[in-house]
Amino acid sequence: MEQLEIPSDDYINPGHLGCPGCGASIAMKLALKALGGKTIVVIPASCWGVLAAPYPQSSLDVPILHTAFAAAGAAASGIRAALDLRGDTETTVLSWAGDGGTFDIGFQSLSGAVERNEDCIFVCYDNEAYMNTGVQRSSATPFGTQTTTTPGQDWKKTRKKNIVEALAAHRIPYAATANVAFPEDMIGKFQKAKDLKGGSRFIHVLASCPTGWRVPSEISVKVSRLAVQTNVFPLYEVQDGTTYTLNYKGNRGVKDYLQLQGRFKHLTDEQIDRIQTQVDEDWNLLLKKVG
Amino acid sequence: MKKVLEGSHAVSEAVRLARVQMISAYPITPQTHIVEAISAFCADGTMNARFLCVESEHSAMAAVIGAASSGVRAFTATSSHGLAYMHELLHWASGARLPIVMADVNRALGPGWNIWLDQTDSLSQRDTGWIQFYCEDGQEVLDTTLQAFRLAESVNLPVMVLLDAFFLSHTYEPVEVPDQEQVDQFLPPLSPRIQLDTANPFAIYQMVAPSAYMEMRYNIQLAMELVTSRFSEIEDEFETIFGRKHGPLEAVQCEDAEIILATAGTTASTCRHVITDLRKKGEKAGLLKLKMFRPYPTDQIRRHLGQAQKVAVIDRNFSFGASGIFAQEIKSALCNKDVRPPVFGYVAGLGGRDVTPQTLEEIYWQTKNNNIPKDESVWIGLNQELVESWSN
Repeated sequence: MEQLEIPSDDYINPGHLGCPGCGASIAMKLALKALGGKTIVVIPASCWGVLAAPYPQSSLDVPILHTAFAAAGAAASGIRAALDLRGDTETTVLSWAGDGGTFDIGFQSLSGAVERNEDCIFVCYDNEAYMNTGVQRSSATPFGTQTTTTPGQDWKKTRKKNIVEALAAHRIPYAATANVAFPEDMIGKFQKAKDLKGGSRFIHVLASCPTGWRVPSEISVKVSRLAVQTNVFPLYEVQDGTTYTLNYKGNRGVKDYLQLQGRFKHLTDEQIDRIQTQVDEDWNLLLKKVG
Repeated sequence: MKKVLEGSHAVSEAVRLARVQMISAYPITPQTHIVEAISAFCADGTMNARFLCVESEHSAMAAVIGAASSGVRAFTATSSHGLAYMHELLHWASGARLPIVMADVNRALGPGWNIWLDQTDSLSQRDTGWIQFYCEDGQEVLDTTLQAFRLAESVNLPVMVLLDAFFLSHTYEPVEVPDQEQVDQFLPPLSPRIQLDTANPFAIYQMVAPSAYMEMRYNIQLAMELVTSRFSEIEDEFETIFGRKHGPLEAVQCEDAEIILATAGTTASTCRHVITDLRKKGEKAGLLKLKMFRPYPTDQIRRHLGQAQKVAVIDRNFSFGASGIFAQEIKSALCNKDVRPPVFGYVAGLGGRDVTPQTLEEIYWQTKNNNIPKDESVWIGLNQELVESWSN
């Protein structure tokens, strides 16, 4: 992998309210290193609504507009319109939503915004459940996961929504996945997204959550890395909804990823095999698109 | 210049004259003519503004909140289900203290689907922190929309301008459309209270602890308490420039009236004719036209109604399990006065049913011929056969 020089500037301050090992806080740190200080962040209800700190504090050195759960795409569009009207086409508008605010309640507003090809970067930091409210399932929760609303033997029996495909289907200029265990790749993608200014850019970041995934905080990054190494969460880019680029080829079995996490501890070997089949199927589909 | 305009287009003209910079909306009958005209102004360069066609009313309000937080003058329009769908963001706009102006065309809520007049849509947004003005005709709609921007920007609260579905939104009337120069004199460019700025980063609308939340709410109330006097000053200025004013409410022949009809919107126009006819018959009838609903002009309501023998409130809205909403509010305004007239509540004309001069005369005589009002509202013109066919 090409080594990038990681900018030394930081726009996130110590003392933010993330849990130890929070992938979402690392994701914001890396994203803002790439995007720089001329960025306005929109945050709907989410863990980041808490991480950003209560009144009168802020954990970020860039402006933040907090908005309602369903409204990030629209609020970002409104800010973009106002900046353009004021002659400021340079500032990046960064919509920063969790999986609930992207896959579920925020999906309509996001779809509307990218269909209009709004000149914003839309990020989903995906911790694969409603972590801020106590680990309830979302449509980003993977098959096999136990959450507080898919408890015991009622673990989630349906697959995770493929959000990158859904966004790519809008034929936006840029859609990509990123992972906090691959900081150079992630910073490169945010820089690329910044440079592709003019239309909608979407980045799906897997944000490990020690609390909800039931892993020790010190292996948060390791688990994130395994998601990529097992092809559970492939790193790739889609330009204009059609041109696919694969950034990493994993070769490990899903068990390596699943067995570290309390949320998957109940799974039998048969069920793990079934997940392996699903992952292989998705991986092969992706390889076909990459060509 | 006088033009023959639809009520809807009186809104659009005011938005053009107010030099609104950002408009976001989602179509719903009968609001569409407002936003179609604004859309055309943006497309042909008449307005130097961005029209953002979003995928829902929830997003429309979120987008104007985003724009207003970034220092531009913003507007939206909706109706009925659209307003209900915006509900969450209505709280957000007032809590954020943003000077957003919205036109809402008062339309019934389903089911059953009904596109006609009913004021329950906006009255059930009573507690969202928006200033509300119910208009009677096209001229009042245009003037009030212009005043709404001045007022909103003066107290940093959002303003809703209400117009009755079809009876006002789709009715053509001669309307004096002011010159741009005059409007510019009345309404200077927006000087925003807050503005997102990367050179001065701060967070807005974030989490707030119990130790500060109440003070934030109280400040909204303090701003509301400024509205009556600010609106009066703004109307005086408006009158100096344009030669007209409408008032936060209007008392017609209330000084010596024994029975006062109180209502809002286009029904007030019909009431004007009815009280003229009743006066000709020797009846001492008056009209109190209710325009400003939030903040509630309690003092003025008391002053105008206090001397009457009876008050008859005509509500084209209803709060289930209680009564007509204007009737409730009038009762609460009067309840702490030692001497107060009995308040008779009538519900009429829901879902676009006509409220004719005959309906209003019937209400007048019912009020005159009864000495003690019922606790519940009297529903006028019900088809009992239909009522019984659906009874439990």
